[in-house]
Amino acid sequence: MSTFVMPSLGADMESAVLMEWKVKEGDHVRKGDIIAEVETSKGVIEIEVFEEGTIEKLLVAEETECAVGAPLALIRSEGESASEPAAAPPLPEIPTEPAEPVPPETLPQTPPSGSPSAERIKASPVARKKAKELGIDLFSLAAAGEEVHLSEVEAAAKPPQPPSMGGMRQAIARAMSRSNTEIPHYYLSTSINMTPALRWLSDLNAARSIDQRILPAALLIRAVVKALQEVPELNGFWRDDALHPSGEIHPGIAIALRKEGLITPALLNAGEMDLNRTMEALGDLISRTRAGKLRSSELTQQTVTVTNLGDLGVQSVYGVIYPPQVALVGLGKIIDAPWAEGDALTVRKVMQVTLAGDHRATDGRTGGQFLQELERLLQHPEELL
Amino acid sequence: MSQTITYREAVREAIRKAMHDDERVFLMGEDVGHYGGCFAVSMGLLDEFGPERILDTPLSESGFTGAGIGAAMNGMRPIVEIMTVNFSLLALDQIMNNAASMLHMSGGQFNVPLVIRMATGGGKQLGAQHSHSLEGWFAHIPGIKILTPATVQDAYDMVLLALADPDPVLVFENPLLYNAKGELDTATAPLPIGRGKTMREGRDVTILSYGISVFKALEAAETLSREGIDAEVIDLRSLRPLDDAAIMESVRKTHRILIVDEGWKSGSISAEIMARINEQAFFELDAPMGRVCSAEVPFPYARHLEQSAMPQPEKIVASVHQMMEES
Amino acid sequence: MTKEQIQEAIITQIQTIAPEIERDDIRPDAHLQRSLEIDSFDFLKILTALKEILGVEVPEADYAKVDTLNKMRDYFAERMAS
Repeated sequence: MSTFVMPSLGADMESAVLMEWKVKEGDHVRKGDIIAEVETSKGVIEIEVFEEGTIEKLLVAEETECAVGAPLALIRSEGESASEPAAAPPLPEIPTEPAEPVPPETLPQTPPSGSPSAERIKASPVARKKAKELGIDLFSLAAAGEEVHLSEVEAAAKPPQPPSMGGMRQAIARAMSRSNTEIPHYYLSTSINMTPALRWLSDLNAARSIDQRILPAALLIRAVVKALQEVPELNGFWRDDALHPSGEIHPGIAIALRKEGLITPALLNAGEMDLNRTMEALGDLISRTRAGKLRSSELTQQTVTVTNLGDLGVQSVYGVIYPPQVALVGLGKIIDAPWAEGDALTVRKVMQVTLAGDHRATDGRTGGQFLQELERLLQHPEELL
Repeated sequence: MSQTITYREAVREAIRKAMHDDERVFLMGEDVGHYGGCFAVSMGLLDEFGPERILDTPLSESGFTGAGIGAAMNGMRPIVEIMTVNFSLLALDQIMNNAASMLHMSGGQFNVPLVIRMATGGGKQLGAQHSHSLEGWFAHIPGIKILTPATVQDAYDMVLLALADPDPVLVFENPLLYNAKGELDTATAPLPIGRGKTMREGRDVTILSYGISVFKALEAAETLSREGIDAEVIDLRSLRPLDDAAIMESVRKTHRILIVDEGWKSGSISAEIMARINEQAFFELDAPMGRVCSAEVPFPYARHLEQSAMPQPEKIVASVHQMMEES
Repeated sequence: MTKEQIQEAIITQIQTIAPEIERDDIRPDAHLQRSLEIDSFDFLKILTALKEILGVEVPEADYAKVDTLNKMRDYFAERMAS
């Protein structure tokens, strides 16, 4: 039996409201299935399960605020037998003389009867009393192995406060400070002639109906992903003093929320997508990001970051790597610029691409190979189809 | 009327006032007369009141304590001074089997208005036979009251409170406090026997203590306040009866309890206080209760060993840290 | 369909894609993408939706002819009349 807990969907997340269960007790679930919807500061997120089994018990009601790590459901894996309802505790053995029956000692707040794991919650006496007074389920406060104290019960009693932008700002501040303190960044930059790629794209789109068109942003992501397949050292994590390249490519795409803030959800499994699929998935990711409808895996599994500030007119992006990732690709605005071709000076569509690399994980040579491959692909856009 | 005097002078002043006010009051004990008391508390009293009321006794704790009990039963108001609590064990038979039991055994006919003062506590490098804190042990006995003055005010008040009580009262003075100076207000009515005193208000944790340990608790509370931990310090003042109401009120306020007692842990007053909190305020606790007591050894003679065996402000701070981390 | 109805349809689609945009935010002669912070994906979605409603597809080459509300309204009106 395993416990499914509220996942952390970002460094700034302390709790979330479980809005809706997508499964019921007895349902079979597989890895990647959506188990519930939770509401966070980043909108409504669909959270996924990462194991196969049967939902034994849902531990919290819908519309409950739950801390990160709070148990949400019990999942029975295959082969494990369904638990029997707990049998009544046996009476102590009475030697010979009939004695007064000893009533089983009752705790003020035992977990609901029939609750299978029924692990005793380590709550302090005053936390138990207060939780009872306020009608707060101690189980919802108890992270695995953690003790529950008065302060947690009192915090749970307060109306859930949406994490403020201040909180998000602080989380970003912490991550960026850590990045700049720990990660020795190196920066490489190159100008890429985008005329061949844009002309190719324009011809492609001219032959397509409007709902089949490909935008330059999708072409660029596709090119970055394909270049990363050639230089996999830039796609992964720095953990325990070692580079761990990721098998899958999940680029975090920086997407501005129109109202406020910026999120970099992952374009999951981008390595397996052709250009059409990349365009489709990117459009879907952007609209779900703005509608507040992301999945938990999209908020947690980024393997590299792609930042495009071209919309703001920025020509060069020198980014700060989001730990534990090891690289950030910055795409600038595509501008008309003088360009030497052979002996002639012409005007071309030019984009500045910058790579921020973690020097512990890779050297400039690796980064150079990546930029070189990216440029080559954009000169041969048909390879990106 | 308020004045700044030493703890020693406060005890002496209280004895002087009692002897002036009530001719039945007299003082007896080893070296209390010509020598002026082994801690110089009764210095000058022999000249003032004469050998009939300031009595030097033989080295026989059982004998002169018994004499005090007899005098009390016959209408006198004796103050018996025993040099240290370790020596009081020689008089334990008199204290327990006579003083504490007489009212009960006589069906209420004979009360014993006896006051026994004695020195308690370590830290003076006097070895295992002069340094223990057995007041918690005496608090086990029904029929007597146990007072532990920490402040100059209580040093004065408690002599008079004890004399005013119709039953035997044991007053435990820590000799390390005799030179401590403090304010004495003789105009205000004293806080009665059985009432604790909040020495410092706090929100986060309550430190319960008595006697000299109160000052260690206050020093620890100062350190803790610089770290943002707001400790409440309560001087229990009286170990029998204990001020259950004040203790439970503070438990309900801070939900965390640390007891500081120079006695040992096993079978002690600190254990008794924990048991009472468990009985009366279990559902107010937010962390396991803690104790800072003396090491479970006969008190060492060597200074560094003795100091490390006793409660110290650093140990109190560390215990509070641990308690706050747990919750 | 009158020009007013076409304009109404455009505004409705803009607000569908970007619900936080108020009608007053849409100035008739302002650059739509820049003034309303509509990115290329949103812009494509608006044009795709308008194709469904109005039956006119805007080729990429004509994007400069539909970059303000007024120009877009006139563009559709002209193509729908013909």
